Amino acid sequence: MKTKLLAAGLATLATTAMAETPVLHVLTYDSFTAEWGPGPILKKGFEATCGCEVQFTTAGDGAAVLARLKLDGDKSEADVVVGLDTNLTAEAEPLFADIAAQPNTLPVPYADPKFVPFDWGYFAFVYDNTKLKTVPKTFEELAASNLKIVIEDPRSSTPGLGLLLWVKAAYGDKAEQVWHDLADNIVTVTPGWSEAYGMFLDGQADMVLSYTTSPAYHLIAESDASKSAAPFDEGHYMQIEVAGKTLTSKQPALADAFLAYLGSDEAQAALITTNWMYPAKTPAAGLPAGFETLIQPAKSLLMSAAEAQAARGPAIEEWQTALAK
Amino acid sequence: MLRLDHLTLRQDSFHLTADWQIDAGERVAVIGPSGAGKSTLLMAIAGFLAPDQGRILWQGRDLAGVGPGERPVSILFQDQNLFPHLTLAQNLGLGLSPTLRLTEAQREAVTEALARVGLAGMGARKPAQLSGGQQGRAALARALLRARPLLLLDEPFAALGPALKAEMLELLAEVAQVTGAGVLMVTHDPIDAQRFATKTVLVAEGVAAPPVETAALFAHPPATLRAYLGQ
Amino acid sequence: MADRAGKIGLAEALGLGIAVLILGSAAMVGLRAESWALKPTDGSALRFTVMQAALSACISVAFAIPVARALFRRRFAGRRALIRLMAAPFVLPVIVAVLGIVTVFGRAGPLNAMFETIGLPQISIFGLQGVVLANVFFNLPLATRMLLHGWEAIPAERFRLAASLGMPPAAQLRHLEVPMLRALVPGIALVIFLICLASFAIALTLGGGPRASTIELAIYQALRFDFDLGRAALLASVQFLLCAGVTLLAARVSLPQAFGAGLGRRQQSFAPTGWRRGMDAAVLSAAVLLLALPMLAVVAKGLPGLAALPAGLGPAALRSVAVALSSAVLAVGVALVLALAQARRPRLWLELSAMLPLAASSLVLGTGLFLMLRPFVAPQTLALPVTMLVNAALTLPYLYRLLLPEARQLFQDYDALAASLGLTGIARLRYLTLPRLARPLGYGAGLAAALSMGDLGVIALFASDGGATLPLFVQRLMGSYRMEQAAAAALILVVLSYALFWAFDRIGSYYAEA
Repeated sequence: MKTKLLAAGLATLATTAMAETPVLHVLTYDSFTAEWGPGPILKKGFEATCGCEVQFTTAGDGAAVLARLKLDGDKSEADVVVGLDTNLTAEAEPLFADIAAQPNTLPVPYADPKFVPFDWGYFAFVYDNTKLKTVPKTFEELAASNLKIVIEDPRSSTPGLGLLLWVKAAYGDKAEQVWHDLADNIVTVTPGWSEAYGMFLDGQADMVLSYTTSPAYHLIAESDASKSAAPFDEGHYMQIEVAGKTLTSKQPALADAFLAYLGSDEAQAALITTNWMYPAKTPAAGLPAGFETLIQPAKSLLMSAAEAQAARGPAIEEWQTALAK
Repeated sequence: MLRLDHLTLRQDSFHLTADWQIDAGERVAVIGPSGAGKSTLLMAIAGFLAPDQGRILWQGRDLAGVGPGERPVSILFQDQNLFPHLTLAQNLGLGLSPTLRLTEAQREAVTEALARVGLAGMGARKPAQLSGGQQGRAALARALLRARPLLLLDEPFAALGPALKAEMLELLAEVAQVTGAGVLMVTHDPIDAQRFATKTVLVAEGVAAPPVETAALFAHPPATLRAYLGQ
Repeated sequence: MADRAGKIGLAEALGLGIAVLILGSAAMVGLRAESWALKPTDGSALRFTVMQAALSACISVAFAIPVARALFRRRFAGRRALIRLMAAPFVLPVIVAVLGIVTVFGRAGPLNAMFETIGLPQISIFGLQGVVLANVFFNLPLATRMLLHGWEAIPAERFRLAASLGMPPAAQLRHLEVPMLRALVPGIALVIFLICLASFAIALTLGGGPRASTIELAIYQALRFDFDLGRAALLASVQFLLCAGVTLLAARVSLPQAFGAGLGRRQQSFAPTGWRRGMDAAVLSAAVLLLALPMLAVVAKGLPGLAALPAGLGPAALRSVAVALSSAVLAVGVALVLALAQARRPRLWLELSAMLPLAASSLVLGTGLFLMLRPFVAPQTLALPVTMLVNAALTLPYLYRLLLPEARQLFQDYDALAASLGLTGIARLRYLTLPRLARPLGYGAGLAAALSMGDLGVIALFASDGGATLPLFVQRLMGSYRMEQAAAAALILVVLSYALFWAFDRIGSYYAEA
């Protein structure tokens, strides 16, 4: 009897405490909340100042986050969504509220009333510099070479779609010819980044489609300088990861505060070595040692959200036609 | 008393009629050419085949809708009379309680039944460790325990040698006597019928004829029986 | 009699429940559709899907027949271990296995190194040949085990009879083994065909390009990128119709098996000697090489990372084991009820609904379930129960296929005896059904547990923070460059899956032999 009373009392206490501490629901992609990912650090950092509790909900990847949001509709509990990229924002835009702009250090002009960038990267072909001596400098050189590459499928993965838009942005109407010429270099097309990168590390291909920042992971986390990204003269397509506040948010003020926190030095510094991307706003301490070894593309390529949305369907069909022989 | 009341059995193009009765405790052989429907008749009485027309009555009660396990019969098939994965004691125990929850007295009854059929001390064995004759004895021991008023036998001893079969028929007679059960035994061997059964049912050409005195039947066999016997 | 009606009622309810789960989820997705249209590329996706699945099924079964026969009639040291090991590929998580296969048969693998030294041209693992190779790797063991069960179900008395008649191996094959094969092969080929139909990751990773487009990929694209629910629902229906058609076809060509019962005596083999012995040895060696090398590659890759595994691994492993155990129990229970009901009175719709989960696109299933449950509960609170339910549903067809022939045999041999003794209900389950079916039940439960362990799941939509299962954990590690740790965690996943399988299989065998 006593224990029952005690339990009831504790339960009341707990609910009161919970009612007093507001909860901020953050919807993000799965790897964001891994114990080695940025999630735990950001949660701790933001909770230290906000007097609130951060609860993460995850869905597979950026595309899954959007699907989850759409399926949830106006029943969505999410206050903040972290982890869409600019290829998805045109589709996601009706579900989001306007927010305050934040300063950034992106290499391209970026302005969107609903989404703030939190990190970004360039797509690039990564290779092993101990094995590969003659590195192609353009897609055309790559296509003319005997090098074997592994790429991701644009129908199922973000990097795959990025590559598609990269070729489109660089070559326009000639994109189909480029794909045609690349066909014999492509060892295989994988469903996601992990499979492609795993196969590359396993020696199945000379190059893999990844990010210019990938070598930084091997250098900093593994003290391994053997991986490099190949700079391409056409320029490199960008991926910008963004966050936004949902229209249905019940904690709009907290959501705004969290988005601002994402841009803080503390959060940005954490993102660099957990997500292995460039910070949206370079922190005062600068980039970690090792990042200076990364290639700096001469030209940044990026389609606007609307352009990317319009280009996607036809580009996928073009890609399929060019490779399906 | 078992009564087959204007019974018609039908399976695809096969059909068999019967309209007769046997008294409690009577020993009746069922004889006839293969494929005539001897087994089918037994299956119907045991409850595995519903009559197309007519009724099967026990002591005046219609058995339609009574499950095989609830009928006043025990049946011995041509084979598969024992579960190979259970011990002899368990196989026999199922005759007393289908849930195998046996009282001490029932356990003793199982031991006694085993001893009675000459399988004393073999309760822990599995059927595969027994000879064909021993398996037959075990099945009879279970019938003894079940003590139903009617015992149906579908040639369970057909595979045994003459001496062994004679032994089984003696044991069967003993079981029938102890339990006071009537016996309906399918056989293709006229000697079995003559040795064991007071009456015989001749099944041929779609009809299971009413039982007649075995001796009289074989003394003046009708045409169908003569054909079967090769006379 | 009343008891029989009761059992059939349960089977019907379960069959209906499965149909609602699978078709209902597709319908829920369809209801949210704004437009209904297929793309022209969906046609070629359909063609490729069917072709690779058909090819994989045929080759797997064709290879499995000599392997199972050799295993059946030969006795050698390590035979039992080999049979148990046979399950390992099937319980490997697909992505782990694919990387293992690529390591062995790929550009940098030992096979191509050997070819190079003896001056042969390099072979590529990518393309249709790679897809088929990977599917055979996964399904050969499954087919072999099912066929071995078939061989063992032929009463020893028949082989003794054949031996006593001096039947040469060819005659023995025709009179004893071919009838068994005719009864089993269509069903096994069907199961493998359906597995390959949905083998999204294999066809995609090894296919080598956009030609290797499968229906499941098209569904993935429709749901995740285009958010085209109508197209996803249409494609799910196409996949379902395909599955239903194949199931109907298999039901027509499958012959009921009628071997009669043996007395459960231990099987003796009457194996021919001479060149046939050499053939059997060659077939078994080829199978061992095909199956063991990629697994060894997985082990070799996993070992270095074992020293430094992240802390979250333990809870994720526990969660996975709990899901696997509960899915296995649920799936085995349902499969048993369905197989027993089907053995008693075959009905096409029940057969279809037991096979239906194979046709289910896991994405459509996940999305549909999400839409069904969303109005009532917060999805993340249901992550584990939904995983359990879906895993149980997805493993049901295998278990059903595994149990059905044995349930038929049981029914044929012992139903009359059981009925004449009034053995019904729980007592019948305890003293007849469970002991007679112990072996396939144990094997099936092991398979279900292992498959549930390795399944990445349809729960992406349900997942919440901190609820990661072991496969998801592996995926996270891979997604963050931590390939060595991922390989180590994958090794732990494999070991756990296999341990579960082994334990269940052992329990089944123990009771079957007791």
